[in-house]
Amino acid sequence: MSDSDSALETRGDGPEEKVDRRSLLIGGGLTAMAAVAATVAGSSTGFVERMLRRRFTELSPERKAEILDALEREYSERYGREVTVADTPPMDGVEFAYGLDIARCVGCRRCVYACVHENNQSRDPQIHWIRVLRMEKERGIELAESTAYYEPPEVPEPDAFYLPVACQQCRNPACVKVCPVKATWQEPDGIVVIDSDWCIGCRCCMSACPYGARHFNWSEPTISSEELNPNTHYLGNRPRPTGVVEKCTFCIHRTREGRYPACVEICPVGARKFGNLLDENSEMRYLLREKRVFVLKEELNTQPRFYYFYAT
Amino acid sequence: MDELDRQPREKPDGDRLLPGASSLAVLLIVFVSLSLLVLFSIMRGGVGHVASDAGGTKAYSPADFPEINFDRQLLEEVENAGPSGDDATFRVPPPSLAYEDFFPCSDCHAEMDVNLERRQLEEMHDDIELDHGPKDRWCFDCHNPDDRDSLRLANGTLIGFDESYRLCGQCHGTIFRDWREGIHGRREGYWNGAKSYQLCAHCHNPHAPRFQPIAPLPPPVRPQFLHAAEEVHDE
Repeated sequence: MSDSDSALETRGDGPEEKVDRRSLLIGGGLTAMAAVAATVAGSSTGFVERMLRRRFTELSPERKAEILDALEREYSERYGREVTVADTPPMDGVEFAYGLDIARCVGCRRCVYACVHENNQSRDPQIHWIRVLRMEKERGIELAESTAYYEPPEVPEPDAFYLPVACQQCRNPACVKVCPVKATWQEPDGIVVIDSDWCIGCRCCMSACPYGARHFNWSEPTISSEELNPNTHYLGNRPRPTGVVEKCTFCIHRTREGRYPACVEICPVGARKFGNLLDENSEMRYLLREKRVFVLKEELNTQPRFYYFYAT
Repeated sequence: MDELDRQPREKPDGDRLLPGASSLAVLLIVFVSLSLLVLFSIMRGGVGHVASDAGGTKAYSPADFPEINFDRQLLEEVENAGPSGDDATFRVPPPSLAYEDFFPCSDCHAEMDVNLERRQLEEMHDDIELDHGPKDRWCFDCHNPDDRDSLRLANGTLIGFDESYRLCGQCHGTIFRDWREGIHGRREGYWNGAKSYQLCAHCHNPHAPRFQPIAPLPPPVRPQFLHAAEEVHDE
């Protein structure tokens, strides 16, 4: 945290570095006015550049490595064990998509907890990225009548079916559009990611998301050192601070290495499918070709990459 | 004028229906009890109408379920083959037979006479309850009477237990096709490379194939039971 010119470290914690947001805004307003005056007067070009944010440049690979290294050291120290922070880039010619077989899902919530285990969500206050909705067979898919708090001794219940919902990784994501600071965006492989060091915690994205897929860290996330998954990705499951939003990333640290997401592998009925949309021979392409698929809230034009289907 | 005149005459009627003092008292009682209720529920840390035994009041962690293996290890073959573009190797783990201790079947059956009679088994295998399609299903629809270490397809072909999917696929053609493509059943490994399949019998008991119900893990914490708000307040 010593290098104050890093874009990633502008949320400094030190007492000297701490700038009150209000005074920053007021100061910004004043300098903006000054800039206009200065431009009109035809003076200092460096100042104008600064106002147009030209001074922000892309991080060099060396600087990026330094930042990741600093994060690794910080987390390792905090949790008393070795933590790695990767920034594995998207693969060429890969666009991820997800399939979920509603005819198979038994609502056992193994995926919910496997996700927490894999992605270092806070244990208490609790954050779950996957929410399994129980619906009446008689009524069909009726989100308003569904419940996530079902707790029978055994599942599946004879009169119910289950619809797990997590981030739908939309092609047209409302959450990305509303972010005032561009802390969330869509990667070339289709994953919508959040930079938790850039997120200001305004929660606009949470209210924009029609799937309730984004979650807020209301207080310091708690994960014990033994429970921490030390294999992390900068845009994914690295430990999050208080006051930022988080969400499913298709297990970015796994899938960019070729692995299936954790929820796919834990599912005891094999209802969860994952693959590359651009590969003709992938499971996802077979599924889209052969099965009746649908997406949630199609009428909102979010164009999810998450497909629900009914296998025979 | 007519209307103005009528008003004083109607007033006693109204008074009789709802006497002023007592109606005020009733309103006061209702108001006080309602506000007490609200206050009480807020003090308890909840506002929704949630029964005390309803789910979603306690936060669980994956570590609370040691019986479930969340750190799933890949098969060694899959791990070694790793992710790759076109060389997708599919490997089937050895079948976990329900009768592992009994296998090979010929240890006992080689010495025995073959009894093709359909009957209630008494001395051995009496725990097997056939609940698989039509009532007249019988052992030798699938098992081979002449050599019990193999299974027999409808056309007489003998196959090993590790190829049992061919037997199941005779009837369950569409599901067999989905399974072969990776749509039916669990797969583990690399979406772009090596992965492991499971056999039908890993998840379905061939004698009673319907998937058995399991206990669900607990529901999420309801918003009114999250502890976060207090902690933020403390800071």
